[in-house]
Amino acid sequence: MALKTPLYDSHVEREGRIVEFAGFLMPVTFEGIVAEHEIVRTKVGLFDVSHMGEIFITGPGAIDFADYAVTNSVANLDEGQICYTVCCNEKGHVLDDLLVYRFSDERVLFVVNAVNVVKIFEHLLSIAPDGLKLRNLTAGIGQIAVQGPASADLLASDPFFSRVADGIRELQYYRFFTFEHEGSEILLSRTGYTGERGYEIYLPAGMAKGIWDGLLDGGREYGAAPIGLGARDTLRFEPGYCLYGHELDEETSPLEAGLSWVVKLKKDDFVGREALAREKDEKPARKLIGLEVMGKGIPRQGFAVHHDGETVGKVTSGTFSPTLKKALAMALVKRSVPKKAEGITIDIRGRAASAVRTPLPFYKGSVND
Amino acid sequence: MVPEECTYTKDHEWVYHEGGVAVIGISEYAVTELGDIVFIELLEQESNVKQMDPIGTIEAVKTVAELFSPVSGEIIEVNEAIIEHPEIVNRDPFEEGWFIKIKMNDPGELDNLFSFEEYSEFLGEQEH
Repeated sequence: MALKTPLYDSHVEREGRIVEFAGFLMPVTFEGIVAEHEIVRTKVGLFDVSHMGEIFITGPGAIDFADYAVTNSVANLDEGQICYTVCCNEKGHVLDDLLVYRFSDERVLFVVNAVNVVKIFEHLLSIAPDGLKLRNLTAGIGQIAVQGPASADLLASDPFFSRVADGIRELQYYRFFTFEHEGSEILLSRTGYTGERGYEIYLPAGMAKGIWDGLLDGGREYGAAPIGLGARDTLRFEPGYCLYGHELDEETSPLEAGLSWVVKLKKDDFVGREALAREKDEKPARKLIGLEVMGKGIPRQGFAVHHDGETVGKVTSGTFSPTLKKALAMALVKRSVPKKAEGITIDIRGRAASAVRTPLPFYKGSVND
Repeated sequence: MVPEECTYTKDHEWVYHEGGVAVIGISEYAVTELGDIVFIELLEQESNVKQMDPIGTIEAVKTVAELFSPVSGEIIEVNEAIIEHPEIVNRDPFEEGWFIKIKMNDPGELDNLFSFEEYSEFLGEQEH
């Protein structure tokens, strides 16, 4: 049976088109993908991301353990800082991509993909030392992403969040703070996955609907609107962000997927380090590239990529880019495909569609403003 | 074209019959399922097709659908406006958003299709 997030009733009231995603009943669209995409690029959109998993790691050695579990450096984070990272298996392949929040020396939060919560929680339990406390608090936490150039204005003017308006405006990218409300901890971070300036809010599930409805109904002057999974995908695609199950999976290494910047081989031992160090020396077999299809047709996940008559890889994500008005793809291809390759084609249902390499990211938004 | 006067396929295409010519489009349900349509490719005028032959492709942001001919005959007109501006189909699937006109070899083939009432019932079943 599919689960409902704490915002499910609001999605139905707002006439969202509901689909099952990662075991949850989630809205895929409200107004339409292109319209919602545009709202986030130009105004502000709200996403229900309550399905994401929250795993808290507490106790002495929490930082060391987090550093052993993920590829990026948690030891280098300040308190109140976040890193994007991946969690690999011994083969150096990706079990999940996630955010790590460092609260203190003894408290860390992993935010993982909904589809991988159980897998990652069990994996962490299997490698955790005694004495460390690991809790999967996903079910009790609501998560709302507020994304778009007007995100700070919307939040700062909201009656609930106005108490921390200055903190919201001053919050730097990949930093967070918490505050207390009636005995509960509310977390706000300058994170998101749209390419625009934005925030993510973590709060008790029971509070989520009130806050969500308040932001949407009170945020009309900023053009605030709910955004479904459809636009969430096109929004993450344009800035070239990886999505688990597309660019990342247990057959792919972070080095292939363009994520060498989150792999810190110089830190102490971590799961997958040996394999990744070897792969780096030998150069990864594949690389993630951007492609633009000339003419009609949209590349989709799984379509074969050819170069000079040879199959060189496959499309990991492809869509019509609502911002750039082009049919674009991210593809994992053999490392040997040259930068200025001519003669690349994508097999679109039996037709060889010409494609040219185009740099990733396809689009740079207001994320760092 | 009035929805009530059309016949339908299980692939959510509508057919409006007028003097041996079938006007073909996609239903409101199909448009909602597809979402924003961005490319449409159709066979050329004067192509001869058999019932259930592929006659075009509809690419939406998230998904793609094939269009199959509900009838056999000759394509006598394609709607160039929707090829230039696919969003017309999202806006008005029953009038401006028609796809193709086919001069039918056998109007009797329409008897294999759903009536409006049958199609409405079919949609009801899809939702359960």
